[in-house]
Amino acid sequence: MVDERTERGTTELWVSGTEEPDWLVAGTDEGAQLMQKEETVERTIEQRGTRVIDDFVIDDSIDSDERMVVNMGPQHPSTHGVLRLHLELEGEIVRKVKPIIGYLHTGMEKTAEELTFLQGPTNVTRMDYLAPLHNELVFSLAVEKLLGIEMPPRAQAIRILMTELNRISSHLVAAATNGLDIGAISMMFYGVREREMILAFLEKVTGLRMNHNFIRPGGVAADLPDGWQDDIAGILDRMPEALVEYDQMLRYNHIWRGRTVDVAILTEQEALAYGITGPTLRATGCEWDLRKSEPYSGIEQYEFDIVTASNGDAYDRYRVRMDEIAQSLRIIEQVANTMPLGDYKADDAKVVPPPRKRIDESMEALIHHFKIYTEGFKVPEGETYVAIESPRGELGCYLVSDGGSKPLRMHIRAPSFANLQALPIMMVDSMLADTIAAIASIDPVMGDVDR
Amino acid sequence: MDGWDFLLIVIRVVVIFVMLMITTLLLVWFERKVVADMQDRIGPSRAGPWGILQTLADGMKLFFKEQITPRKVEFGLYIAAPILATVPAFLIFMAVPFGRPFTLTLGGEPREILLQGADLNIGLLFILSMSSIAVYAVVLAGWSSGSKYPLLGGVRATAQAISYEAALGLSVIPVVMYTGSVQLSEIVEFQRANLQFLGNVIPFIPNWNLFLLAPSFVIFFIAAVAETNRAPFDLVEAEQELVGGFHTEYSGLRFALFFLAEYINMFTMSAIAVTLFMGGWSGPTWDGVLPALVSGVLPTFWFFAKVVVLLFVYVWLRATLPRLRYDQLMEFGWKRLIPGALAWLMIIGVVLAWRQFGNPWS
Repeated sequence: MVDERTERGTTELWVSGTEEPDWLVAGTDEGAQLMQKEETVERTIEQRGTRVIDDFVIDDSIDSDERMVVNMGPQHPSTHGVLRLHLELEGEIVRKVKPIIGYLHTGMEKTAEELTFLQGPTNVTRMDYLAPLHNELVFSLAVEKLLGIEMPPRAQAIRILMTELNRISSHLVAAATNGLDIGAISMMFYGVREREMILAFLEKVTGLRMNHNFIRPGGVAADLPDGWQDDIAGILDRMPEALVEYDQMLRYNHIWRGRTVDVAILTEQEALAYGITGPTLRATGCEWDLRKSEPYSGIEQYEFDIVTASNGDAYDRYRVRMDEIAQSLRIIEQVANTMPLGDYKADDAKVVPPPRKRIDESMEALIHHFKIYTEGFKVPEGETYVAIESPRGELGCYLVSDGGSKPLRMHIRAPSFANLQALPIMMVDSMLADTIAAIASIDPVMGDVDR
Repeated sequence: MDGWDFLLIVIRVVVIFVMLMITTLLLVWFERKVVADMQDRIGPSRAGPWGILQTLADGMKLFFKEQITPRKVEFGLYIAAPILATVPAFLIFMAVPFGRPFTLTLGGEPREILLQGADLNIGLLFILSMSSIAVYAVVLAGWSSGSKYPLLGGVRATAQAISYEAALGLSVIPVVMYTGSVQLSEIVEFQRANLQFLGNVIPFIPNWNLFLLAPSFVIFFIAAVAETNRAPFDLVEAEQELVGGFHTEYSGLRFALFFLAEYINMFTMSAIAVTLFMGGWSGPTWDGVLPALVSGVLPTFWFFAKVVVLLFVYVWLRATLPRLRYDQLMEFGWKRLIPGALAWLMIIGVVLAWRQFGNPWS
C-alpha cells in the first residue's frame, strides 16, 4: 500500500514557484480533491468479503443512474451536532458514506498557545463538552508531568471521583441520544433525568454544570463541599435502579435488539487498524482500558472490571456503555469510602495560588498570587504526551513548552475524531436507518472532533 | 325527501366536521400531556387551563405562517397532496355511527335521526377505499416536493401502505363473515346482544367481536397503527432519519393539513376499531331509570370513552417503542401479519361453515 502511494506522488513535496506536478490540484477542499485524476493503480482490499476501494464499496453491477447522493447534515436532527454525511444511496441501501467534518472548528488548539497554563483548562474543557472534566484532567496531567510535581492523595481522589461521575453523565447522554435516534423518544428524557442528578452534584462542587474549569494544573479548584457524601449516596442509590429501568426499556426490547444487533459491525482488527478506542473498541472484544493499562491519578487503587463484549455491533456498544456506568459506580463508591484527608492542591507555591487568607498576611503570598494570575507559572522546556480514558476512548494531550508560561504547542488526541473514521467501514451496504444507529453507537461529540 | 331531510343532512355533516376538528385539538393536547407524563415532563401548560388550547395556538400560528414553495416542486400535485390527505380523513368518519339513533318530530312527521354521517350499506368497503386514497397524498407529497428526503419518505409510504392495507383488509373479513354485514350500523346492532359462545348465552358480557375475534382485532389494530404512520411504524416521517419525511418541504397551512389528517386518521381508525370489535356506541343506557336525555347521550359517551382507550394505546406505543427498520417493517407485514390474518380467516371460515351446515360427515 505504501508503495502505491509513493507511485501516486503523495510523498513528494511541491515547492511554490516551481512547475506544478500533475498530482497537484488547485485546492485542498473536497471539490478539488474530487477533480483529481482517477488512480491508475487500483488499491483494492477485501473487507468482510466485499471489494473496497478507499474504504468505499465499489459494486460495478449497479448503474450509476440508480445512485442518489444525499447530504445528511450538517443540519440534520440526528447527526449529533454538525456532522455531515455524504451518502450514496440506492433506494434505502447505503453504498458509500463519507463523513465530512469541520463545521464546529473553532481553533481551540491554536487558542491554547495564547493562554497561560493556568488558563488552559478553561479552553480544553470546551472541546468534549459532554466530558469536560476529562479534558481538564488530561491537560492538567500533561502540565504536571512537565512541571514534575506530585499531587496529594486527596486531589487525586477528588479528580477520580469527578471524572467517573462525568463518565456516567456522558454515557447517559450517549444512551439517551441513542434511544432518541432509534425512535425510543422516552429514553431521551429518562437519560437526561438521571444526568440532571449528576450535573446538580457537579454544579454543587464546581459551580457550573459544564465547562467547569475545576481540575487545574496543581490540583483542583476547591475542596468538596459539606455533605457531599450524602449526594454521592443518593446517586449510588438511584443509579442501579435507573439502569434496570433502561434495560427494561431498551436492552430486552425486541424492536431495539432488532435495530441494533448485527448492525454496524466493527471487528477487533478493523478497530485496532483505525485507532479506535473506548467503548467502541471494547465492544469488539479487545480488553483495552487506559485506566488499567496506564493508570492515572491513582485509579489503580480502586477495584473495577473492564467491560467488553464480543460482537462489536451497535447493541454491544450500547451494552458496554451501560455496564461501564455500573463499573464507574463501583469506583465512585470506593473513592467516597476511602477519601483521604489532606490538601486538595499541590504544595508548590510557584504553581498553586496561595489561599486567600495568606495574601493578607504574607508579602510572598501576595507576590506569588500576582505572578501566577498575571504572567502565569513557568513550565520547564520539554514535550510530553499524556493519555487518559475518556468516556469516548483515549483522550491524549500532547504538550510542548519552551520554558515560558504558555504552551508552545498543544494538541488533543480526540477519541471522537478517531472513532468517526470507522463510520464508512461500519456502513458497508447497510440500510439508511442503520446509518443513524451507527452514528449514535459511536457517540461522537463534534466539539471533540473539530476542536 | 323534503327540506327537513336536506337540512338534517347538512346539519349532520357540519356537526361531524366541527366534532372532528375539536377532537383533533383535544387529541393533540391529550397525546402531548400523556407522553409528557410518561416521560417525567409537564407538557403544554400555558395556553388555557392545563394547556388545553395549545393546539389551537399552534394551529393559528401555522395558519398565518408563510407557505414556502420550493422551486423544484410539481406545483399542481404539491398543492393537491395536503387536500388529498385531509378530505378522505374527514370522509371516513362519515360512515361511522357514533350514537344511538333517536326520533324527533319535525315538520309534522316523526323522523329518525341517525348519529352518523350516512348509513351506507357498503360502509366497510367505503372506509377501506377511502383509507387507500389517503395513501396517495403521502406518495404524491413525497414525489412532487422535488427533494430527496420527501422522496424517500414517499417511497417508504408506498411500500408500507400496500403491505399493511392488505393486512387491514384481511383482518376485517372475519368480522364481515361473522356478523354477515358490511353496514356499520348493523355490525353495531349485532354486538348489542349478550355474548353467545358454543350456543350458550353468557349474561352481562356484551357480544363484542373483540372476544371471539381477538386475533382479528390485534391484526387490525397493528395494521391501523401502520396505516396512520404512527410509532413504531412512523418510518414515513421518521424525524431522526428523513428529517420530516414526506412533509419536509411543506410549511404553514399545508403542513397543518397533513398534521390534521394524521390525527383525524388516528381518531377514525380507533373509532372504526371500536365499531367493528368493541360494540361501537353500545353500552348500558338504563332507559327509563335515567332521564330520556341522559339515556340518549350515554351511547355517544360510551363510544368516545372506548375510542379514548384505544387512543391511549396509540400514545402509549409512541412513548414506549423504538422505530422499526424498513426491512423489518416489510418482514413483519408480509411474513407475520398477512399469513396470520389468512390462517385466522380460514379457521373462521371452517367454524362458520360448520355452524351453518353441521358436521361434514353427518
